[in-house]
Parts: sequence; C-alpha cells; structure tokens
Amino acid sequence: MPDKTVEKKVEALPGDTASTAGVVVTDAGPAPEKARSLWSDAWHDLRRNPLFLISAVLIVFLLVMSIWPGLFTSASPRDADLAKHYLGKPNWGHFFAPDWLGYDVQGRSIYARVVYGARASITVGVGVTIAVTIIGTFIGMIAGYFGGWTDTLLSRLTDIFLGIPFLLGALVVLNSFDNRTVWVVIMALAFLGWTQIARVARGAVITIKQADYVVAAKALGASTSRILVRHILPNALAPIIVVATIALGGYIAAEATLSFLGVGLGDTAVSWGGDVARGREQLRIAPHTLIIPSVMVSITVLSFLMFGDAVRNALDPKLR
Amino acid sequence: MAELSKTDEPQDATPNVSEVEVVDANSESEAVAAIEAPVERGEPILQVRNLVKHFPLTQGILFKRQVGAVKAVDGVSFDLYQGETLGIVGESGCGKSTVAKLLMTLERATAGEVFYKGQDITRLSGRALKAVRRNIQMVFQDPYTSLNPRMTVGDIIGEPFDIHPEVAPKGDRRRKVQELLDVVGLNPEYINRYPHQFSGGQRQRIGIARGLALNPEIIICDEPVSALDVSVQAQVINLMERLQDEFNLSYLFIAHDLSIVRHISDRVGVMYLGKMAEIGTDEQIYEHPTHPYTQALLSAVPVPDPEAREGRERIILTGDVPSPANPPSGCRFRTRCWKAQDKCAQEVPLLAVPERFQGEDTPAAHESACHFAEEKDVIHAA
Amino acid sequence: MTIIDEMAESPAPDGSQDTGRPLLEVRDLHVEFRTRDGVAKAVNGVNYSVAAGETLAVLGESGSGKSVTAQAIMGILDMPPGRIPKGEILFRGQDMLKMSGEERRKIRGRKIAMIFQDALSSLNPVLSVGYQLGEMFRVHQGLSKKDAKAKAIELMDRVKIPAAGDRVNDYPHQFSGGMRQRIMIAMALALEPDLIIADEPTTALDVTVQAQVMDLLAELQREYNMGLILITHDLGVVADVADKIAVMYAGRIVEHAPVHELYKRPAHPYTKGLLDSIPRLDQKGQELYAIKGLPPNLTRIPSGCAFNPRCPQAQDICRTDIPPLHPVTERDGGELVGRSSACHFWKETIHG
Repeated sequence: MPDKTVEKKVEALPGDTASTAGVVVTDAGPAPEKARSLWSDAWHDLRRNPLFLISAVLIVFLLVMSIWPGLFTSASPRDADLAKHYLGKPNWGHFFAPDWLGYDVQGRSIYARVVYGARASITVGVGVTIAVTIIGTFIGMIAGYFGGWTDTLLSRLTDIFLGIPFLLGALVVLNSFDNRTVWVVIMALAFLGWTQIARVARGAVITIKQADYVVAAKALGASTSRILVRHILPNALAPIIVVATIALGGYIAAEATLSFLGVGLGDTAVSWGGDVARGREQLRIAPHTLIIPSVMVSITVLSFLMFGDAVRNALDPKLR
Repeated sequence: MAELSKTDEPQDATPNVSEVEVVDANSESEAVAAIEAPVERGEPILQVRNLVKHFPLTQGILFKRQVGAVKAVDGVSFDLYQGETLGIVGESGCGKSTVAKLLMTLERATAGEVFYKGQDITRLSGRALKAVRRNIQMVFQDPYTSLNPRMTVGDIIGEPFDIHPEVAPKGDRRRKVQELLDVVGLNPEYINRYPHQFSGGQRQRIGIARGLALNPEIIICDEPVSALDVSVQAQVINLMERLQDEFNLSYLFIAHDLSIVRHISDRVGVMYLGKMAEIGTDEQIYEHPTHPYTQALLSAVPVPDPEAREGRERIILTGDVPSPANPPSGCRFRTRCWKAQDKCAQEVPLLAVPERFQGEDTPAAHESACHFAEEKDVIHAA
Repeated sequence: MTIIDEMAESPAPDGSQDTGRPLLEVRDLHVEFRTRDGVAKAVNGVNYSVAAGETLAVLGESGSGKSVTAQAIMGILDMPPGRIPKGEILFRGQDMLKMSGEERRKIRGRKIAMIFQDALSSLNPVLSVGYQLGEMFRVHQGLSKKDAKAKAIELMDRVKIPAAGDRVNDYPHQFSGGMRQRIMIAMALALEPDLIIADEPTTALDVTVQAQVMDLLAELQREYNMGLILITHDLGVVADVADKIAVMYAGRIVEHAPVHELYKRPAHPYTKGLLDSIPRLDQKGQELYAIKGLPPNLTRIPSGCAFNPRCPQAQDICRTDIPPLHPVTERDGGELVGRSSACHFWKETIHG
C-alpha cells in the first residue's frame, strides 16, 4: 500500500521547490534538516533503547575487567593458600576484598579468579567473532556475487562444515592439541563457526546484487571490486553485524563449555569454564565455587545476546 | 525518416553494411576513436539489428541441462536518431526492459547487433566498452532502489567521475556535482544528505543527475516516471524534455503509459512478446495505427475524461499474454487477435510497410508486422 | 463540520430502516501514526458516504490518506503505531469503532470485503485457489468440503476464469496477474457483501487486462447492487466507473463531485492541477502543466490549507485558515448536487 511508506520514512522536504518551467528556485523553507545516514538513524534508535543501555554498560564493564583486572582486585588468581581452603565460605560484607566471594578448594580467591577469568572468555568471544565475520563475509560475498560454479562449490563447502556438530567438532579438533592457548581455541571455534555468517552474507549479497543501484554502477562501467566494496559490502553489513553480535554470546558459552569438558583452555589458564568444572567436585561442600563462575558466564552471554538483539532492532526493524 | 532494411529472416541478419561502417573489433583504440567522434543531428546514433535474447531454462541442481528458453527478445530492429526520443511501449513481459539491458550491455545478446557509431557494442569489451558506457546512460524505474542507501547524494552523483576520472579532475568534482544538482532542480546544499531523506520525485532527479554526469549522448529511460505520483510525473517529464534540449540528448523512452510516451516521443515502437509489432512517428502510431495490437492497446487506455470516453470504441482483448517460453507460431498476437486466420499461424508477419499502403503518401504507410494491416482510429470519439 | 452526504443523498426520515440511509458513512475520521520523526497525521477529518449500488472513487496520491481511511474502515490498521483519536465509521447507522472485536469480525468479509492491489501476496501460496475460495464457505457458512468446492467453482465461473472446473486445484502462482486479481474479486464476492473496498485493484495490471478487470468489477457491482469504494491514483480508471469522486490531499477531502462534473469543471486548484498535468492520448500537447513542489510531510502539514505552498492562487488567508468543505453552486447560486470544495477561492476556481 503506497500510503504506508509515509509513516516509515521522512518523505518530503517542504522547502524544496522546482518550478514548472525548470527554473530552479532554491528553497526558502524551514531550516534544512541535517544529513542523516542509515547508521546514524540506527544509533539514534539504539540510544533510546534501555535494553541496549543496560547491556552496553555491562559489556563495557566486562571489557574493562578483562583488559585491566588489576583495577578490581589486588589478589592474584593463582596464589593458593591451602590454609584458607577450610574458610571457603564467602564473606558477603567484604566488597571487592579477596575473601569477598570466598576461596576455592586450593585456597585461591574466587573473586580474583572471576575477575581474571573474564579475559579468557572475552578474548575468545571477540576473537572468534572477528575471525568468523571476516572468513564468513568473504566466502559468502564471493559465493553470492559470482554465483554459478563458484557458488555451488562454496555453498557445498559451507554445508559440509555446517554438518559438523559445533561442540563435538571443536572437541575433536582441540583434543589433537597439547598446548591449548587462547589462540588455539579461537582458531578451532572460528574454523567451525564461519558457516552461519557465510550463509547470511551470501543471502544478503544475492538480494543486493539485483538492486538497481548495483545495476546502475555496472552501467557506469564500475569494476567488480568497486561494486563489491562500495555498494554490496556496506549494504550487506547490517545483517552480518546482527548475526555476529548475537553469535558472540554463543562463542563465550562454547568456550566455557569446552573448558568445563577439559578440552578448552589448558589447566593452568584462568577461565570461568575451568572453574565451573573444578567447582563441580565440591558441589556438596562449597556450592559457591560452582555457582559464582557459572553466574558470570550467564551474565556475560546474556549481555551480548541483549546487545545483539538491540542492534538487530535498530539496524533492521523488519526482522522484529 | 530513413528507410530501413529489416526482416526476420536470419540470412538478412547483417545490416546494410554500406550504411554501417564495421570496424575491426580488435583494434581497440580505433574503436575508441570512432566512439568519441560526434554524430550529426538526425543521423542514426544507435542501430539495432535483429537483436535476440533468450534466457535458458535449466533443470537440475548440480548438473544443469537446458530444457527450453524464455524468448524475451526475439529479433528486434530499430534505429535511434541523434536528438530524438524513441518511445517503446508494450505490456509486461513484452521484452522492452530486456532491450534496455541489452543496449546498456548489462546483458549479453544471444544474437544480433547493436551499432553505436558503427561499433557493434555487443562485441566490445575492455576500454572500448567503457568508452561506450560513458556515452550511453540509463535512468531507472524505481527511485527507491536505484540509489545506494548508504551513500550520500554527493557520492552517488560523483561516482561516475570516480569511475571515469578523465571526465573531471579531482578538485573539480564537488563543484560539478553541485552544478548537476542545480541542473535537475535540487538545492546544491543537499550534497551531504542520504537518499532516504528525499521524496520519490527528488530521488528520480538525483538518478537523472547521475545519468547526466558523464555528459552522455544517449539516455535509456526504463519507466522513469511510473513509480512517481501524478503531480510529480509532470515535473520530471518537463525536466527531461528541458535537459534533452540543453544537452542535445537522444532518449530511448521505455514505458507502459501510452499517454506519457506520446507526449515525450518523436517516434514510437510497439512491442509484443519479444517482437516489434509496429513502429512509426507518434502521429502515425496514435492517429493511424495499422496493427490490431496497437489498436487494442490504445483503445484500452483509460482516458481521464468521461465525455471523450463515451464515444470511443473499446476493443477488449480476451485472455492473457502467452508465455514467452512458448510463444505461438506465426504471428505472436494471433491468439488474442480478432482478425486471426490460418495464415497468421503459419507465417511470421514481417515488420515492413504493409503492401497495400506501399508507395502511398499516407500516415498509414509505416512499418507494421501484420498480414492484415488496416488503419483504424481508436483514440477519438466516433 | 460539513457533511457531504447530506448533499449527496436525500436525507431520509429518521427511524426508517436502511432505505435512503447510506450504507457506509465516515464522519470526521482522524488517523495518526507515531513515527521516529513525530506524529504523522495521515487522516485529518474525512467525511464520505456510499449507498448501495453506488461507486465512490477516492482519488489521491501517495500519502493522501486514501488507503489509511480504507484500512480504518476495514479495521485492519496497524495499531500501534496507528491511532484513531477521533471520528465515526457508521455501517448501516452503527458506529464500527465502538463495536467489540467479535462484532467487527462478523462484519469484515461478510458485509464489507476488500480487494488489494497485489493479488499474489494477498493469496496464500501453499494452498490451492479452490481451497482458499471454499474456506470462506466452510468457515462462515459451515458447508462441507465438497459443497464448498462446488461453490468455489461457481464463483470462479462468475468472475470468468476459463475452465474453472479444471483450474480449481491450481495454486496462485499458476495464474497470470489478471486471473489472480479475478480470484481476489471472487473471494471478496464469496459471501455477497454489501460493500466492497477496492484499493488500487488494477494498478499492478497491464492496460489491456486492466480494462477486463474493471469491467468485471462494474458488472458484478450492478448485479449484486453493492456499494463500491474504489481507491486509486489513476484519473483515467476513475473516469470509467465512478459515480462520484472524493479527491484527497494530505489527509483531507479537498473536493467532492459527481464524476462528469469533476472533469468538466474542477472546483479545487489541486484537482485542476492534476487534470492539467496528465498528458493526453488523443492530442500532442506542448509542455505539461506541473504542480510545483512536493506533497507535504505528514508530520509537518502546512498551516491553513495544506495545499497552499503549491497553489498558484494562494493568498494570505490560505496560510492561516483551514478552508472548510464549501458547498459549490452555480454562478447564480443554483444548486449543484453533491459538489463541494475545500478552497477559500472555489468560486474563482470553478467559474474562472
């Protein structure tokens, strides 16, 4: 229904007039509105979304924690004092003190471990997301834009990777590494996780490449690289960003799961997943050693999911 | 109007070679030189000969095999003269938009030639093709999808200069873009705004400014006003007419709205199911149509005047346009034509001046692809 | 408030049922939408009425509020962001805006039906056409599957779909655009409604098919003695079938007139401008007349007459006072039945 467009977009600029005879009359209307890109419109929407504000504050907090853990605690996550093992209960009154959240079975400060554990989770989450976005966008764009055999080949490849169960695959891949650093985990998850982005990117590119503005650029004689970079990528980016931010929470959960299963980061690394695994053994005696790192994982995953949701609403209102 | 040699026989596919100077395609710089040479007013600038475009219909996912073809354009020939507007009308699926894409070399022709200043542009590539693209530009139908929503108006209109840097030196571009905005009747200060901040009519002006940027000789307009409101349509039509005079442009104006086409065109071609049914000056086509399809099309146009309408004869066609994948034999219009006889199913009527009018000096003596061409005035009240 | 229908219809004595009363009456309807840029006032006090057997054409460009008014009548407006702050929609004298959801649902489809522009997206692609037509009878009249199918075939015959019996099990995509629009019409007709609202029913069709569909619609309307509201932007289509025309601009009716009168002597500068700006098929004109400027932004409708920034006749009063819908008369004051114009200078416009 043609009338509907009016509700969604600013339609007319009342000041603009062009007279019938083609003599140009420069507008004398109200003050001209500012240039507004679609990105700035999205930002305008985001700032008013409480979901976005809450999740953004949490994410900033987690980022700061992962970059400068020293700001939050003076205790070291590795200092084990077996004498404290028996005093393991949290002292809820001692805010931010090493004994605030109690000690684990080896007498290490749980608060310190929670603070230092953020780095592993956030690095893996952000690292995997960046890696899959680059790989997925590249493969999806090539497949979507060139079509034909290229598309058939890349799409089948995507299907093959999609057929591997994500966690099981990661388990197998990581098992073959002895020294599992953060980077190894990122590579393993990215190796298996790019398919989702690739599919979204391919779909977006196929739609966009038929748009008249792409045809117009071709008609002007634009090169393929110009069309891809100037026209297709900026328009395909919105759905890709949406999928990527929502997936980020999933990667953090995946890292925690793998660490819990003992194939994530090595035993010496400080990570929430590892702590949950160790806490499980004391479930009866000291449940907080399990619960506190689990809650941290949940809060982090939830923050990123909420963030992704808010971004999706702002970038693509139709998806709601 | 120059007499053209046009037939549907494939052996006649080569045009009047004496008329069209064929240049060896591999001498690229020669081709570029030819493309840059000017054409006199009233001379043909674009000659289309037996243009064919079949889209293959395939089956199977991994191993595709062709099971048929959609004959979108099936042997179309016409000339576009320098400085004129040639209107192409027809219903959806008649192939008029495919013709536009073929002329823009956005699609590769299955067969046939398009001569631009003697160069067959269907066979050009590389530098020569880029030079052709500078001179043949396009205005699109939908002003909402033809502008990149993530680019500013300045970037959109300036993009042609990025692609063809020789047209405008870098420092000059912003001024050029503002000039273009001014030419199409938009405030030059809008240069930093985004397309969604404009209304449909304004967007179409932006699209026209982009088309003008490279100073082309030919503009192909594919339904340029059909997406606009009635009150804005007239503004855009007037603008296009003014620009034609100002920049000495030749227009190929493709539309389904017969009234608008009559208003803007010097000559009009009527297409049906991938073929040209009739072509002539606007007066010949509108006042003296000889092809039954043209007559039916004209009589079906709703006229915004209840009184003028009442005296008019209306020919209401039965049925729908057949599928271009499986067009009828002989004359493609015969399945809906009230004059159809056995001959129409067997022989493809050629686009030529009908025998009965040959040598006569009447407006009915124009090219019409019908075995039983007959003049009939359908737009005036009886 | 000026009510057109008082002029269009002979006022019926109160209390009498149906006879003389308009079938549908829209009174001072307002609709607004909340948007990112503020409140868009899509409909600002629309009045119109349709009687049985009558065709009212609502003519307007995009953003004029013609479709929004229809959606409000059908009760298919998206609310929110839409809102109806004021107005009445009377169907046989009853205000539909005050009815419960259940009552409205009973009217929708059974008493008032709608035909949309895009038939393909209005039909369910995974169900056969016969099933979708039959559904109307199964749901509303409780017919058996077999009887419903027979009825569906009958309806398809009615709208002149060739070989209806063979095609009843086909899916929407197997039909051409014109045939799909016929199916939409058949669906609207299924329960023999009193009123049909057709929103740009032929805009998506080719001219030769347009004529077929329009003729069919007019024929069926006569046969069933239905009221028809035809919403369109095409001055040509309107001329062919309408009895009276309401011209809308920026959410208001700016002119109301019987069809012949409107084309002969427009009484509003906007109507006049529209008529002058369309090229003619039967004569080659010079430069087209073009209404300058653009339709207004609905979040910032100009004060006074909404058309004033584009109007060649605008005076100071046009920028300050909203013109009411004046009854239009002959030069000597003689009555012109059913004519009105929302222009301060309607006399100058119609009588030059």
